[in-house]
Amino acid sequence: MIEGRTGKWETVIGLEVHAQVVSKAKLFSGAATDFGAEPNTQVSPVDAAFPGMLPVVNRYCVEQAVKTGLGLAAEINLHSVFERKSYFYPDLPAGYQISQYLQPVVGHGRVSLDMPDGTVREIGITRLHLEQDAGKSLHDQHPSLTYVDLNRAGVALMEIVSEPDLRSAEEAGIYLRKLRSILRYLRTCDGNMEEGSLRCDCNVSVRRPGEPLGTRCEIKNVNSIRYVMQAIEHEARRQIELIEEGGRVEQQTRLFDARRGITRPMRSKEEAHDYRYFPDPDLLPLVLDPDWVKRLRAELPELPDAKKARFVSDYGLSADDADVLVAEKETALYFERVAKGRDPKVAANWVMGDLFGVLNRLAIGIDQSPVSVEQLGALIDLIADGTISGRLAKDVFAEMAASGADPAAIVEAKGLRQVTDSRAIEAAVEAVLTAQAEKVVEYRAGRDKLYGFFVGEIMRATQGKANPALVHELLRKQLAG
Amino acid sequence: MSDPSLLALNLAEARDGLCRKRLSARELAAAYNEAVAEVGPLNAFITPTPERAVAMADAADERIARGEALPLDGIPIAVKDLFCTKDILTTAGSHILDGFHPPYESTVTDKLWQAGAVMLGKTNLDEFAMGSSSATSWYGPVENPWRRPGDNRPLVPGGSSGGSAAAVAAHAALAAIGTDTGGSIRQPASFCGIVGLKPTYGRCSRWGVVAFASSLDHPGPMGRTVRDVAIMLGAMAGHDVRDSTSAPVPVPDFERALSGDIRGLRVGIPKEYRVDGMPGEIEALWGQGVEWLRAAGAEPVQISLPMTKYALATYYIIAPAEASSNLARYDGVRFGLRVEGDGLEAMYELTRAAGFGAEVRRRVLVGTYVLSAGYYDAYYLKAQRVRTMIARDFAEAFERVDCILTPTAPSPAFAIGDKSDNPIAMYLNDVFTVPANLAGVPAISVPAGLSGDGLPLGLQITGRAFDEETLLRVAEVLESAASFRHLPGFVAGGGG
Repeated sequence: MIEGRTGKWETVIGLEVHAQVVSKAKLFSGAATDFGAEPNTQVSPVDAAFPGMLPVVNRYCVEQAVKTGLGLAAEINLHSVFERKSYFYPDLPAGYQISQYLQPVVGHGRVSLDMPDGTVREIGITRLHLEQDAGKSLHDQHPSLTYVDLNRAGVALMEIVSEPDLRSAEEAGIYLRKLRSILRYLRTCDGNMEEGSLRCDCNVSVRRPGEPLGTRCEIKNVNSIRYVMQAIEHEARRQIELIEEGGRVEQQTRLFDARRGITRPMRSKEEAHDYRYFPDPDLLPLVLDPDWVKRLRAELPELPDAKKARFVSDYGLSADDADVLVAEKETALYFERVAKGRDPKVAANWVMGDLFGVLNRLAIGIDQSPVSVEQLGALIDLIADGTISGRLAKDVFAEMAASGADPAAIVEAKGLRQVTDSRAIEAAVEAVLTAQAEKVVEYRAGRDKLYGFFVGEIMRATQGKANPALVHELLRKQLAG
Repeated sequence: MSDPSLLALNLAEARDGLCRKRLSARELAAAYNEAVAEVGPLNAFITPTPERAVAMADAADERIARGEALPLDGIPIAVKDLFCTKDILTTAGSHILDGFHPPYESTVTDKLWQAGAVMLGKTNLDEFAMGSSSATSWYGPVENPWRRPGDNRPLVPGGSSGGSAAAVAAHAALAAIGTDTGGSIRQPASFCGIVGLKPTYGRCSRWGVVAFASSLDHPGPMGRTVRDVAIMLGAMAGHDVRDSTSAPVPVPDFERALSGDIRGLRVGIPKEYRVDGMPGEIEALWGQGVEWLRAAGAEPVQISLPMTKYALATYYIIAPAEASSNLARYDGVRFGLRVEGDGLEAMYELTRAAGFGAEVRRRVLVGTYVLSAGYYDAYYLKAQRVRTMIARDFAEAFERVDCILTPTAPSPAFAIGDKSDNPIAMYLNDVFTVPANLAGVPAISVPAGLSGDGLPLGLQITGRAFDEETLLRVAEVLESAASFRHLPGFVAGGGG
């Protein structure tokens, strides 16, 4: 809810996400799809719409779309149709985009969101369809000419359309993160927004709670989750102000100006294109074998929701910790391998604490972690078998992250092995208590908190290597004596 | 003058002569190169390729000498300039493709070269294959080698594959390839007194053929005899993974299907093809055709194709709709003509206004209109439904009969310029040919007689999908019975 001048307003949001399909070749041609290649080096005559060239659908891209549909718990349409969406632009070589319109490959589905207050929100998916991307127009390469790069022309996109179920910019952000997580689990889209492989159109309207839907505006082509949230927030407030000042929201297509954090009009409903959709006569209807779909369903990996539930029930993790660990498939995998045969909570704490700290500092992903699963596991084992203390382990970890060395080697090289010889510790205890005789008197007189001071002194005397349990045992005995 | 005795051989005869080394591919190519030059006044060729013809003929002679002759080795053919040919100017008869040299070879031409055929050149056509006269080409109208006796007015060869038809009729090619979207192979075949076959949709790949209306475009052969087109089809046909609408069906030996035996075959005679204003002589020839087939042992059966009367209207919605979309790529950005203007919109407008002729513009406008929001359901969608019903008409008919006999066109060739100010009259020329395109079934035109003013008239046989064998067998029997031996007034080498 947004508090306006005249009362509360509800924002209603539906998102159209354009997700680039992970595939070596384009949707209708064999040309490559590598990001960042020299302009116009990944273009076949089909992509450039040369006369007589014909599209042939890339089976792998269809498989990726179907997998995504299954991951969104959606209906898979065994019969779907590619249509032509017509408009003129230099980066659209054929003068039409091959897309799906009346009969998309994937129908209704859903995504569940874990809200910060612990509740779960179900967001409906209206449809998912396959379509070609356009090329890129470069307006800044020449004072009066536009350059066209067709490398991206024909690359497969999945357009994932949500129901107008989202109610705030924050929810939209959670939805996008969840969707990206699912796509990455499925390896159907790398979710890399900087490279444009995930782009979003936001449909935003406002209404008084309980009233029918207001007129919506569509904000085109927003390319980061943060911008999506900003754009929605700004657009909702703009609409509320407009209505509260007695105006009316016009159905419009708008653009988000990231520099100024505002949306501005692109074209009105009257200026909307007539796309003249009709079934592409160069392509037969896309007919899927139900057994093939069944096979894909059976091969589907465990998705974040299921993994989270399992982490809570099997490992006894809290829902919040499980959330953090399952957000990225690689993190979850790393955690599970560390946790194997070890205390899962300890493993989770190391991954989310010291490891995430290092990764954030280095701004790298867990797949590039300087500390391997085996190394972190070995470190945890060294604590468990009493070789080092938990406190020293933190230092060992920092050294591991810096040098890449194994924990045992660091412990040996630095002589950090824990002292478990009770006579040696007893001697250290005696020495400290003798040196601090006055404080021993105060302690015995009732100043209990001096206990911690003695422990600290003993650890200092042993360079932190004394086994803490033995220190406590012997200290208590001597203080009592 | 070209050697008339060489040019008088048909494809099958030339092939046998080459195999038995009674003639060389080199001398055949030389004779045909000369013939192409000789028929220059017909304007049948946009781009002759004589050097390539000689080079290909030499390669064929070497293979023949090694005893490795290919099925079409050394056979000089002409190619409608709608097929993309690698590094050779490809125009579609349009100004907008100025200077376009494709970096690829169409599947059908590639198959023909792989079979040893020799390329004589690219033939003239209606711009983007839109027309029934071959008069809308940027490169000027094609003339029919036939004229009415005692009348010097040039006649159209039909269209849109008019250059290919004129070249074959005037003995300037042993055979040719064309495309048929609404009759563009069969109607010019009928006007020029040759055989033209539109195969089943999906039989010959459309890859590398400049698109007019994708769901209706059919590449096919044109030749002097039914046997010649059967041989050509065998080399052109086959599944192509690069064309999603190409059919994964085996290619039979079409020549072997020409058994001459049609006893017991049932031939449908559809009553709906008796259209108003059709000359009595065409009706009479049709009746004669029925009698010829009956005499050969076939059984004529009266049938009904009730949706026929909607075929032309349906065609002139679907074909322009697809064309308007297919021709959107000619925008001056990447190839062909570009007329610079003040900004992008101006460049588009000036380029397309200058690049497209009147008939193409008309169809792009009609097509854009019928696909527009608010009109789509009333026009395009309804036309698609009627198209389904037309296909059902044929499917039901083919439960009762093995093929269907009709005239090919409602008139013989007309004078150049006769119908060019009346598009509807021009469209009516396709009335008998468009149903087969809408249904995707194969159909062939066979020269069957002369009109009262001495011009060739064809009869059309339509067959079941992917049953070109029956179609060709019946066509050959019809051809023998009609024994059409007339030659046009203008023939390379004088006709031998």
